[in-house]
Amino acid sequence: MIYLRLFLTFLKIGAVSFGGGYAMIPLISEAVVSNGWMSESEFVSFIAVAESTPGPIAVNMATFIGSAQGGFLGSLLATFGVILPAFLILLLVVALFRNLLNHRPVQAVLSGVRPCVVALILATALTMGLRTLFGLQTIHGGLTFHGRELLILAVLVGVSFGVKRWRGKKPSPVLLILLSAVMGIALYA
Amino acid sequence: MKKLGALALAFLKIGAFTFGGGYAMIALLEHEFVGQKQWIGQEEFLDMVAIAESTPGPIAINAATYIGYRTAGFVGAAAATLSVCLPSFVIIYIISRFFDAFLELRYVAAAFRGIQVCVVYLIGSAGLKLLKGLKKSWWNAAIVLGVTGAMISCSLLAVQFSSIFYILLCAGLGLAAELVRRLKNRKEDAK
Repeated sequence: MIYLRLFLTFLKIGAVSFGGGYAMIPLISEAVVSNGWMSESEFVSFIAVAESTPGPIAVNMATFIGSAQGGFLGSLLATFGVILPAFLILLLVVALFRNLLNHRPVQAVLSGVRPCVVALILATALTMGLRTLFGLQTIHGGLTFHGRELLILAVLVGVSFGVKRWRGKKPSPVLLILLSAVMGIALYA
Repeated sequence: MKKLGALALAFLKIGAFTFGGGYAMIALLEHEFVGQKQWIGQEEFLDMVAIAESTPGPIAINAATYIGYRTAGFVGAAAATLSVCLPSFVIIYIISRFFDAFLELRYVAAAFRGIQVCVVYLIGSAGLKLLKGLKKSWWNAAIVLGVTGAMISCSLLAVQFSSIFYILLCAGLGLAAELVRRLKNRKEDAK
């Protein structure tokens, strides 16, 4: 049953994803692609929507995928599933173990999980980059240079560093998304 | 009751106006609850952030549950969590009804081909920022390189291996390392 499947899938994602929205992207991407809920490219497009609308990225993704697969009830259940573990765990922590982080075993678990989460995010960016910029899906596929994509990336990197130099602060993600949308229209339409 | 209303309203506002996920929300939460309302002290707020970052789930939900409970108990926690999700739930639900049709428009499809490159850049720079924040140690370097290498190899070889296992494996490694340290200490004490 799709409702139960949506709820359980997002419950699992909510229970194991440490470190917020970006760390959830590989988990959600695996679930979505293996269930055939969305294609890889649709998913990447939706990340941009989740990034440019307010609210937690994970909640946005759960709502969207739930709605696409199971209508209003589906989106409600997927969203509920992704927030439930965080809610229950935090309730337990704030009510009973506010000194949670001072315990040695907790510290030990986190010392492994922290670098792992960074690696998950970096690997996601690298595999997505190989696919988008060089058309490399698997080792058997050939390597091709996607010139227009590489150009867009070069402009984004240049603008980011330029703005950071000039104003001391990196430009907001929404601004970069708008800029690449304009470049996309100019290059592909 | 008045406090509960103010709490819900504050989280509705934060849910509706923070772009870019949890980390962006932290600054707003601090402004609202430490600076203006003074419901939570500076030190406890920092502890709360550390807990939110170290427990599973979206950081915004963790923070809402914590602050809600400290302000108005269980009902407060539930109200704050629901309030922080409600705006994005409504917005995304509406978008989801039109997204497929929207993507089929020629100019929109072109725009999204450009945007996909931007998503790669955004995720990459978020990863690099977190990498810079990690303590420089052999342990961290080994895990980052090992997991990144394993994930990319699996994806290139089209081998299915869920990211959940990497997280569980690294948690286990952390515990094992702690155990080894303790055994070593005990041996030294025995001498």
